[in-house]
Amino acid sequence: MKNFLKLLAFFTIILSLTFSRANAAGEQQELLKVDWSFKSFFGKFDRASLQRGYQVYSEVCASCHSLKHLSYRNLAEKGGPEFTELEAKAIASNFEVTDGPNSDGEMFERPAKLSDKFVMPYANVQEAIAANGGAYPPDMSVLVKARGGGANYIYSVLMGYEDPPEGMELDDGVYYNKYMYGNKIKMASPLDDDIVEYSDGTKATVDQMAKDVTTFLQWTAEPHLETRHKMGFRVIIYLVVLTILVYFSMKKIWSRIETKV
Amino acid sequence: MSDHEYTPKSKVGKWFNDRLPLLTLANHLTDYPTPKNLNYWWTFGGILTFCLITQIITGIILGMHYVAHADLAFQSVEHIMRDVNYGWLIRYVHANGASMFFLAVYIHIFRSLYYGSYKSPREVIWIIGMLIYFLMMATAFMGYVLPWGQMSFWGATVITNLFSAIPLVGDSITTWLWGGYSVDNPTLTRFFSLHYLFPFLILGLVILHIWALHVPGNNNPIGIDIKKPSKDTVPFHPYIVIKDLFALLIFLIIFAFFVFFSPNILGHADNYIEANPLVTPAHIVPEWYLLPFYAILRSVPDKLLGVIAMFAAIFVLVILPWLDTSKVRSTVFRPIYKQFYWFLVADVLILGYVGAMPAEGLYLLIARVATAYYFAHFLIILPFLGMKEKTTPLPLSITEPVLGGSTDMAMARNNRDFKERL
Repeated sequence: MKNFLKLLAFFTIILSLTFSRANAAGEQQELLKVDWSFKSFFGKFDRASLQRGYQVYSEVCASCHSLKHLSYRNLAEKGGPEFTELEAKAIASNFEVTDGPNSDGEMFERPAKLSDKFVMPYANVQEAIAANGGAYPPDMSVLVKARGGGANYIYSVLMGYEDPPEGMELDDGVYYNKYMYGNKIKMASPLDDDIVEYSDGTKATVDQMAKDVTTFLQWTAEPHLETRHKMGFRVIIYLVVLTILVYFSMKKIWSRIETKV
Repeated sequence: MSDHEYTPKSKVGKWFNDRLPLLTLANHLTDYPTPKNLNYWWTFGGILTFCLITQIITGIILGMHYVAHADLAFQSVEHIMRDVNYGWLIRYVHANGASMFFLAVYIHIFRSLYYGSYKSPREVIWIIGMLIYFLMMATAFMGYVLPWGQMSFWGATVITNLFSAIPLVGDSITTWLWGGYSVDNPTLTRFFSLHYLFPFLILGLVILHIWALHVPGNNNPIGIDIKKPSKDTVPFHPYIVIKDLFALLIFLIIFAFFVFFSPNILGHADNYIEANPLVTPAHIVPEWYLLPFYAILRSVPDKLLGVIAMFAAIFVLVILPWLDTSKVRSTVFRPIYKQFYWFLVADVLILGYVGAMPAEGLYLLIARVATAYYFAHFLIILPFLGMKEKTTPLPLSITEPVLGGSTDMAMARNNRDFKERL
C-alpha cells in the first residue's frame, strides 16, 4: 500500500506538471478569462448562446470565414444549437450549391440541403487571400482547438482591439490587437454594438456577441463535447467502482499467503 | 519452458496438446513462478501490453475511415471526429493512448534501471526492450504525421532532414525517404503504410521480450537470484494477474481523464491547422515523449554530430548491461548509485523541459550541460562506480532478509536507518 501511495503521488506530480505546462504555454499577454458553461466535468453548451452565436457567425464572420467541415444538418443535431429541422432546412435553402452532372451531363445550381457542407464564402484559398489584402481568413471549423488559449483566446482577440501604443506605426489594413500574436491583425474589429439584432431580445453588446460566437465556435470545433463529458463521467464512475471491487478481491487472494500486497 | 511436466486432464485436451502444446503454454503462463515481493512498479509490463493492444485495435478502426492523401487526410480526420459513430472517442483514445503508452514505457525503463533488471542474465530481455522502445518512437512519430496538420508536416520535415547530415549520401537518402524533393503526398502514404506495419513488429518483439523474460524469470526489488518455485514465489495466476489488473484500472482512470476531459492537452494546437508548406510555425516541437532526445540533438552545434549524439543517447542504453560493472542489481543495496540514479531522472526531466523551449541563451546552456551529464552517467559514472562502490549486505532470500527480519525491505531499511540515527 505504501508503494501504491508513492505511485499515486508520482502520477499526481505528472498530471500537475502537464497542466501547469499547458497553462504556461507562452502567452505574452494574459488572456481574458470567461467562466464558460462548457468547461468543467459536467460542462454543457448554453443552447440560446449557441443559436445567437450562429447568428453572429452567419451575419458577421461568414462573409470571409468558412466552416468547411460542418454540414447544415449539424445545426439541428443533438448537443449543438439544436435548431429544429425546419429551421435548419430554411437556413440551408438560403445557399446555392453546384450539383450534377444531371442526365444531360450538365452541372446545375440548386438550393442547399441539410446534407450539404456549409457553403464557403470564397471558391478557393487564393480568392480568399486576394479579397482580403493578402491575409487568409482561416477556416473556423476547428479554430478554437488550433489556438493555444482556446476559447479564451478567441474571445480575447475579439475584445482586444485598441488604439496602438504611441510610436507604433501600422500599415494600411493592419490593426492593433492586444491579444493577437505579434499584436498585429489584418482583420478590422468585426463587432460593434447592435451590429446584429438578436431575435430573443438579448442586448447585442460587443461582449455578448463575442461570448456567443466563441461558444458557437467551441461547438463547431468539438461537436460531441456534451456526449464526451457525459460519457466520461460514467466511465470514470464505472472504473472507480470496479477498481474498489478488484482491490478487495486482490486483498482476499493475497491473504492466502503471508505477504503484503 | 516449464519446469514440471504438464498433462491435460481431458482426452481431447491431451490429443490436441500432443500435436500443438498450447495447453502446456497456457499452463506455463498461469503457473509461472513470480517473486512475491514485486512492487507496483512491476505492473507496468502488463499495462504496456494493454496499451499496445488498445493502440492496435483503435488504429485498425481509424484506418478504416482515414484517407492517406495530402489533400484529404486532414478532412478525413475531421470526418472521423464528427460523422463516424464514436469516431471522436476512438481517435482521442488512440492519440492520448500514445502518450499513455510512453508514460508507461518510461516508468518501465526507469524501474529496470533502478532495480538492475538489465543485468546478467537478463541482457537479451533488455536489448529487445530497447528495440521495442526505438520502434515505438518511430511509430509514434509517423503517426503524428498522419493528421497532416502544421506540426505533422513540419515535424516530419525537421526529422527527415536529419538524414541529410550524413556525409556524401545524405541528400540522396532524404530524397529517397521523402519519395520526392520535399515532404509531400508520397511521404504521407509511406508513413501511413509503415505506421500500420510497425505495431505488428512491436507485437512480435513483445512476444520475444516475454519469452526471454520467462527463461530466467522476473528480477525483484531486492535483485537477488531466487529459487523457483519456492517460498519466495507465487504462481502468476491469480496473484500477479489480480495485482496487475488493479494497477491497470488505476492507470485507466488517469487515461480516461485525459480522453474525456482534456483530450487535446498533450498535443499541440498547431496540429489543428492544415499543413501548409509555405508557412512555418513559430516553434516546431515534437510530442512530449521525444523532447529529451530533441534537446540532445539541438544542444550540439554541428548538425551531423547532433544526429550522432541523439542516436548515441539511445545506443548507450542498448549497451548498458556492459557499462554498469556492478554485480549488485538492486539500487536498494547501492547507496551511492542511488543518488546518481535520481540525478539521472532529474537530468532527463530537465532535458525534456529544455527540449520544449527555444534553443537559445540559458536554455541552450542547460541543454548542453544536461546532455554532457547524460553521457557521463552511462560512460563514466556507471563503469567506475561499479568497481569502487561499497554495497550493503544482500539478503539470502526474499523471505529471510538479513535486515530486521521483516519481509518488507523498505520497512527493514527504515528500521535500520532509524536505529542508526538514535
